[in-house]
Amino acid sequence: MDTPQPAVEPRPSLAWPPGGVTRVPFQVFSDPDIYAMEQQKIFRGPVWHYLCLEAEIPNKGDIRTTWVGDTPIIVTRDHDGRVHAMINRCAHKGALVCLKDHDNQQSLTCVYHAWNYGLDGQLKSVAFRNGVRGKGGMPEDFDPGCHRLERLRIERFGGIVFGTHSDQTEPLQQFLGEKISAFLARNMSKPLKVLGKHSQVIHNNWKLYAENVRDSYHATLLHTFYTTFRVNRLDMDGGIILSDKKWHHISYSKRATLAPAAEYQESKVHSAQYDSELAGPALLEAWNAYEDNITHSIQTVFPTLVIQLTLNSLAVRFFVPRGVDKTELFWIFLGHEDDTPEQEKMRIMQANLTGAAGLVALEDGCINSFVQRGTHGSPDRAAFIEMGGRVAESNESSRATEAAVRGFWHGYREIMGFEEAAQ
Amino acid sequence: MTITAPEKTVAPSLVSHADVTELLTRYADALDDGRVDDWPDFFVEDGIYQITTRENEAALYPVGIVYCEGRGMLLDRVKALKIANIFESHVYCHINGQPTILKQANGSVTVRTNFVVYRTMYDGRAELFATGKYLDVLRRDDAGLRFEERRAVVDSRRIDTLLVFPI
Repeated sequence: MDTPQPAVEPRPSLAWPPGGVTRVPFQVFSDPDIYAMEQQKIFRGPVWHYLCLEAEIPNKGDIRTTWVGDTPIIVTRDHDGRVHAMINRCAHKGALVCLKDHDNQQSLTCVYHAWNYGLDGQLKSVAFRNGVRGKGGMPEDFDPGCHRLERLRIERFGGIVFGTHSDQTEPLQQFLGEKISAFLARNMSKPLKVLGKHSQVIHNNWKLYAENVRDSYHATLLHTFYTTFRVNRLDMDGGIILSDKKWHHISYSKRATLAPAAEYQESKVHSAQYDSELAGPALLEAWNAYEDNITHSIQTVFPTLVIQLTLNSLAVRFFVPRGVDKTELFWIFLGHEDDTPEQEKMRIMQANLTGAAGLVALEDGCINSFVQRGTHGSPDRAAFIEMGGRVAESNESSRATEAAVRGFWHGYREIMGFEEAAQ
Repeated sequence: MTITAPEKTVAPSLVSHADVTELLTRYADALDDGRVDDWPDFFVEDGIYQITTRENEAALYPVGIVYCEGRGMLLDRVKALKIANIFESHVYCHINGQPTILKQANGSVTVRTNFVVYRTMYDGRAELFATGKYLDVLRRDDAGLRFEERRAVVDSRRIDTLLVFPI
């Protein structure tokens, strides 16, 4: 009889260069051993992950499938209204149990051998348990109560269902920290309404997108539309807030405070070279929804969740690694249940700004693959990340900084256990 | 019993199948040949252009991938892609199926046409980019037959890399 092998812990060989979070070795974007280790330490580790929105499973029997890293996940709302999350993998042979993006069912049945589970993932029945015509069947001591779809712990906040594989994960609000929780509640606490969805395959390692959304330095340089139409510029009041752990961040700006800075002209950034008249101005019709006057915000939750409010365009983005050099980025455009028809219309128009064809953001679909392709052959070289200093701290006066990018790497190194090479 | 000719269902002033096919082909050729400046002219002044997914369509979600209302928004799309947006150069090849005329009423024609779009990147990579159906409403005015509404419903929820040129 085979003896079970101990779980092999991936041990990639990586020497983090001196310079702490201001240097990122390119190896982390293309090494399959590091990818395997991330699956274990981050995606199956003590981290909360975005699973779905409660608005996507409003009714009893509602089912949604998703992924946490490489692991397929089912989220359900049972007949008592309770929400459950479990791995989409039959307890028998390991086949996928749910084969749809979303569904509504009384129970879950694996199509392979008809093993049937409750919406809480507990095994209820097994086909031919007692055999056929008295022959075959499970052993006498088979106990369905000992088998189930592997459960994830869940917590819910701001209309979002979060899940974790680990018993060691700290409570969600502690994981998020006070500032991140408060801003999440600001944007998401009212009942949400899904306005539309799609996804986008980007040809880069998932961490390049995680960096990209924390990078307030690039936003107004690469994304010309932002700057030109004055949706978001670094010469508006704004700032960067890092969570206490530095893993998550908020970047915000206030459109009404624009005071055009000479640097946009002087540095000849391509993003400031174009007049700002829209032939269809309805695109940018907006209302000021919050007393804090913040008109643009990007909020990240480590590792793969983003919440955007671009003018009034509220959207959840989450991204799923699909291999070391491929990532699927999901967009869910949202409104609030109590939006007026006029407000909903403005959100529909502003949805043109982001997404796979977003007038301001479509560049992010390719920019990270430029880095992937640029770095692929040079795993021993490193990125240089010193804009705004060498630390990962909040900066409430300027977004000309890579502080939040450094914050991501702070969290990543901590959870992956990547120490700096001895100097 | 006398046999009479069936009542004509298509009056001469209505739009013919050939007219529809000609418009759809001209539209595809303009985009495939890089004449994106011509694109807004295929629409009436208050025309609507949308790209959405089969999933959004089924769920009656109003937001898809692109939504333009009125020629101004079409012009802004063209302006943005020519001046503002950054992307790697590529071309499309549209293949339209046979259009089906679903309805003609009040001077408008409702048409459904399946399509596929192949995309070829500057580095030679050629692949299927989108497959789906156009749901069109056409109207004839002084400028000829044009789109009152063109909705491209793509089958996949997933776009590879990005979408910048209209389909």
